[in-house]
Amino acid sequence: MKTLTKAALIVLALTTAACTRPDRLGNGADGTDPNALGQNGIDQSSLGGANDPTSPTYFSQTIGDRVLFVVDQSTLTAQGMATLDAQANWLGTNADYLAVIEGHADEQGTREYNVALGARRANAVREYLISKGVNASRIRTVSYGKERPLATCADETCYSQNRRAVTVISIGQLS
Amino acid sequence: MFKHLLALSLAALTLGVAPITASAEPLTIRLDSPVIEPIPFALPAFTPETGGSEQLAADIARVVAEDLIGTGFFSQIPQSAYISQMSFGQEPAFADWRAINAQALISAAVLVSGDQIAVKFRLYDVFSGTEMGEGLQFAGTVPGWRRMAHKVADQVYSRITGEGGYFDTRVIFVAESGPKETRAKRLGIMDYDGANVQYLTDNGLVLAPRFSPTGDRVLYTSYESGSPRINVLDVASVGRQAIQTAPGEMSFSPRFSQDGGQVIYSLTNGGNSDIYRTDLASGQHSRLTDAPSIETAPSFSPDGSQIVFESDRSGTSQLYVMGAGGGEPQRISFGDGRYGTPVWSPRGDQIAFTKQNAGTFHIGVMRTDGSNERLLTSAGGTALDESPTWSPNGRVIMFFRETLGSNGGPNLWSVDISGRGLRQVPTAGFASDPSWGPLQR
Repeated sequence: MKTLTKAALIVLALTTAACTRPDRLGNGADGTDPNALGQNGIDQSSLGGANDPTSPTYFSQTIGDRVLFVVDQSTLTAQGMATLDAQANWLGTNADYLAVIEGHADEQGTREYNVALGARRANAVREYLISKGVNASRIRTVSYGKERPLATCADETCYSQNRRAVTVISIGQLS
Repeated sequence: MFKHLLALSLAALTLGVAPITASAEPLTIRLDSPVIEPIPFALPAFTPETGGSEQLAADIARVVAEDLIGTGFFSQIPQSAYISQMSFGQEPAFADWRAINAQALISAAVLVSGDQIAVKFRLYDVFSGTEMGEGLQFAGTVPGWRRMAHKVADQVYSRITGEGGYFDTRVIFVAESGPKETRAKRLGIMDYDGANVQYLTDNGLVLAPRFSPTGDRVLYTSYESGSPRINVLDVASVGRQAIQTAPGEMSFSPRFSQDGGQVIYSLTNGGNSDIYRTDLASGQHSRLTDAPSIETAPSFSPDGSQIVFESDRSGTSQLYVMGAGGGEPQRISFGDGRYGTPVWSPRGDQIAFTKQNAGTFHIGVMRTDGSNERLLTSAGGTALDESPTWSPNGRVIMFFRETLGSNGGPNLWSVDISGRGLRQVPTAGFASDPSWGPLQR
């Protein structure tokens, strides 16, 4: 069922992309701040809605822009790979988008170690996307270590959300 | 404006030192003794020898006392207990000071003329009734008055402990503000005791500044370009530029060699971090490790012949030592838990580190072969201790302790390597990643 839905969405994405200018990102009425995506040096544009398969909002919310990791690991989980399969498909369809993969870690480790660990995680995602056909020149990686936690409590419920790699998409130059 | 202020305070640092007279010793304290009673000292009001210097005399006396008490090795006898007062230059009434059990007597005078200030001081061993070392005079400018207090305290500390001083020093650190998810970080510089803070960069994201051995430059990791890159900042001009590292994706965790001419750091290629060295003059790079594991946090031995670093090649983070040119590293940490951020002591005989064991973070020290591991702190279950840095005399370690949770944040702490004198260094807001600079001249 799940796969069927996903396949249907991808078909929808393919058909819509053909008649949508990729720099016009849907209605832009949701007022979302693009900076909330943690982008740097990227032109501002509206994000579109979750129902517009060519929109960044669709990418981040419907497909899922992040994969999670086990403590100290950068190995992709089965669920993570499924998310990245869908990301790769989306990037294949929306060929004008570039991706910055942000690697993150939980706070249980030193800052230096976590920068290195985040780099590993971001690269694991990058290599997977490349293996699924995304051109390497469209992907940049950055590690934030433990400097940008998503959840700030001091237990595993938060730590598990922070051990992540987030695919941030944009149109424009890779900074 | 900012640069002007910085230049002004730097100008205040040109101190003259002139001996007054000499004689000799026996009051000593051995800081490595297992049990130490703090040495009680008397600090009669410093003599204002010129009109209008009363406030500065009182302020300088207060900072001298704070420096000494903060070590954990000295205690101040309150003025209210004094039987007699004393003007600078008088022969002390030793019987009066013995009667209140003072062991050290610190006497000083302060002279102010325009923006010039001079501090004269003498140290006495009360029980032997003799002067300890020679009287000294420090001269500088009024805005640098705290430095003169630190100079006096350094003299007292060194003469009694036999160790080098560390009070007339500065610390570079990361000043943090804002919510935890989007915390803004900038470089700050301050006196070792938290005074005279100045900010050297705008808010952004920076990591782990590291002083050059002479204190004139700072290496740090900046996200200004959108990715972690190593920058070098000139402290006097606040000018900064990127270091041309070996080719790679991200560079971080830099440190200078003892001569300041080389930088060792972590660099990622294909997500894998290894340790590299770059010669600043020639721009030549060398790769020092080549492993699929994480290699980071390198630190030179003071003689420049070896490098200690952290690696998870064994499955967990541990400490390793290799030659300055690379080669097969020797693992030195074998205790329970994970080890990180090793820093070679300026004396060369110890390595400070961060340790995580059973969910608790510690700052510890071990010999350079990994023996004699001692944990100096324990952050408990509500905080993380991290990022040790050595005082220039190799006696004290500063680090940061970050309280956990949404409202938590880091503060700077220091502790003597005996484990005594654990205390928070006051800062205006959250502060982390300290790097202790050299003793100033």
